[in-house]
Amino acid sequence: MFEEVGTTTEGDLIINLGPQHPATHGVLHLVITLNGEIIKKVEPHLGYIHRSIEKMTESLSYRQFIYVTSRMDYLSAHINNHACALCVEKALQLEVPQRAQYIRVIMDELTRIASHELWWGAMAMDLGAFTPFFHAFREREKINEIMEETCGARLTMNYMVPGGVMVDLHPDFQKKVKAFIQQYKAKIHEYDELVTGNIIFQNRMKGIGYLSAQDAVSYGCTGPVARGSGVASDIRKIAPYDVYDKVEFDEVLQTEGDSFARYMIRIQEMHQSIKIIEQLIDVIPDGNFQAKTKAVIKLPKGEFYQRVETARGELGVYIVSEGAAQPYRIKYRSPGFSNLSALDHMVRGHKIGDLIAAMGTLDLVIPDIDR
Amino acid sequence: MFSLEGITNFIHEWLNSHLPATFALLVEFVLVGVAAIGLFAFLGLVLVWMERKVAAVMQLRLGPNRLGPKGIFQTSADTLKLIMKEALTPDNADKLLFNLAPFVVIIVAMLILAPISFAKNFQIWDINIGVLYVTAISSLSVIGVLMAGWSSGNKYSLLGAMLSGAQIVSYELSAGLSILTIIVLTGSLKISDIVASQENGWWIFKGHIPAIIAFVIFIIASTAETNRAPFDLAEAESELTAGFHTEYGGMKFALFFLAEYINIFIVCAIGATLFLGGWMPFHIGHWVAFNHIMDYIPSSFWFFGKTGFLIFLIMWFRWTFPRLRVDQLLNLEWKYLLPISMFNLLLMSVMAIMGWYF
Repeated sequence: MFEEVGTTTEGDLIINLGPQHPATHGVLHLVITLNGEIIKKVEPHLGYIHRSIEKMTESLSYRQFIYVTSRMDYLSAHINNHACALCVEKALQLEVPQRAQYIRVIMDELTRIASHELWWGAMAMDLGAFTPFFHAFREREKINEIMEETCGARLTMNYMVPGGVMVDLHPDFQKKVKAFIQQYKAKIHEYDELVTGNIIFQNRMKGIGYLSAQDAVSYGCTGPVARGSGVASDIRKIAPYDVYDKVEFDEVLQTEGDSFARYMIRIQEMHQSIKIIEQLIDVIPDGNFQAKTKAVIKLPKGEFYQRVETARGELGVYIVSEGAAQPYRIKYRSPGFSNLSALDHMVRGHKIGDLIAAMGTLDLVIPDIDR
Repeated sequence: MFSLEGITNFIHEWLNSHLPATFALLVEFVLVGVAAIGLFAFLGLVLVWMERKVAAVMQLRLGPNRLGPKGIFQTSADTLKLIMKEALTPDNADKLLFNLAPFVVIIVAMLILAPISFAKNFQIWDINIGVLYVTAISSLSVIGVLMAGWSSGNKYSLLGAMLSGAQIVSYELSAGLSILTIIVLTGSLKISDIVASQENGWWIFKGHIPAIIAFVIFIIASTAETNRAPFDLAEAESELTAGFHTEYGGMKFALFFLAEYINIFIVCAIGATLFLGGWMPFHIGHWVAFNHIMDYIPSSFWFFGKTGFLIFLIMWFRWTFPRLRVDQLLNLEWKYLLPISMFNLLLMSVMAIMGWYF
């Protein structure tokens, strides 16, 4: 059936959306086949920001390779680093100090909020509303300040190391995080007033880009995209890592499967992240922030896999070790790639404006798709 | 009291006493043309600056603040930059139409300026079909947009132009009908008559609910007619990069940009004239002292104040609303606004016949 709909016939309009286009948030290139204004087929072309990260890591040590992953999904840099650190620790069977585990989870959740904030602004911008972007950045800036103080960087933090975190928390950390939570709670209702409740916005989102639960699984969608279709896929629940099994939070699920469901998932996920941080921030245990590791880490021979929940979905790190100081092969399973593959299925029969809206709800970060 | 009428009368008398009548008339023509173009450029500069400041307030930032006090000269610098830029014409563009389109758009915008009454007895051309003239001429701007979109040889431009064509043509209907609602009350299309009829109260107050409905519909329709968000499908940035003017650069782009702002000014001026009493001051019944103070404010201040308020309203829309999709846009017009304004016109006619207005 897809072939029939998807074939190009005489009189079709073929448009290259990207690689330079305001709505693709990077260098994604979509070849769209249009029948008048109706989309017949969307073909993503990748490779414009390929940096061969997987190949590059084969010549880096187990301490170094973590930091390249910050440049994959740069909006959840912490979580990428976390996945790599966890994988190495798993291979070494290293016990990570409690303090480090708490810090890591708090940092992960702060990253998730920051990432969703940026997505929220960019999403509204895709729909033609410019102002929300700046409102989202007001809160995101606070998180960046917190990160800057403790990690020394705002975007590619490089804070996680095998065995813990690189340095201890800044003395002001807890105070600042609490201040952020206060500000967030005071301002979050503006998000709903400005965008969620807007009738134009709801009409643009509801019933658009439908993805059934079955299709979400077949396309390998994870994260908010899958949860918007009712597929419980939160790795933090399925296979908890660090202290995620000690905190209480809900896996947000919606069954509508449309753009609005995916939107609501992310908005509610921000609330859940705040809930997690609130549980942990006051009870960070004392002790070491880093386990003792050898100067040169060598993994035992074998294959190791670790998955985590990034802001966009499931990130898998697969390391093949030959027992040397460098990995033999590393493969990343990035969430954006699978989520993008569902785009064509989601938007067939819609208009270009809906394509942009649906693409916005996938929360694509191009360097994550194109490693 | 300061009055623009006095200045024009003085110039007229001075010219007639020094020159033969024909020459004086010619000089006056030239002066009016220069004044119109000057106002045009001035409005463009001020409105762009205003838009950027309004956007900045909405978006928790400062906006232009480097060039001159509060960044007032920023737009002049931008214009200078645009003038210096090379005027490119794409290879596969239709050269004649491509270069003609910006001028069509801007000339149309200039023509509409003619019958607008800026202050008491201060008007370029008080034509007896004033409002009809404005609606007729303003619908020509769609030709310029279509020309630009078609001749660019770019698919985004073409799509943007087609969307814009459908949009402007549809929304003109409700804009026209809501204007008619007020014409029913005034009984004249002449701008000076319309303003004079509001001497003891603006139509938005005197015309009861139908006038308010007409006003709301007029604001929505004129936002759509000027291709402003949330109806900016013609240049939908995130979808069509820049819509019909994607391929334009330098001064050719600036002309489109200028025309957009002039069009905003014009629709707001028409709105202010029809609903908010044009240059008429605000009066409350028998409060003689209050009315006297209001009279003391020059009429041009009243006109530009009301127009500025409406412009602010339209800018406010732009910076808070997301964009509609094309089918939703047309649904809104054909399924809601048009029937409502038709019914509203009927209601107003009944009211006018029965004399149920102040």
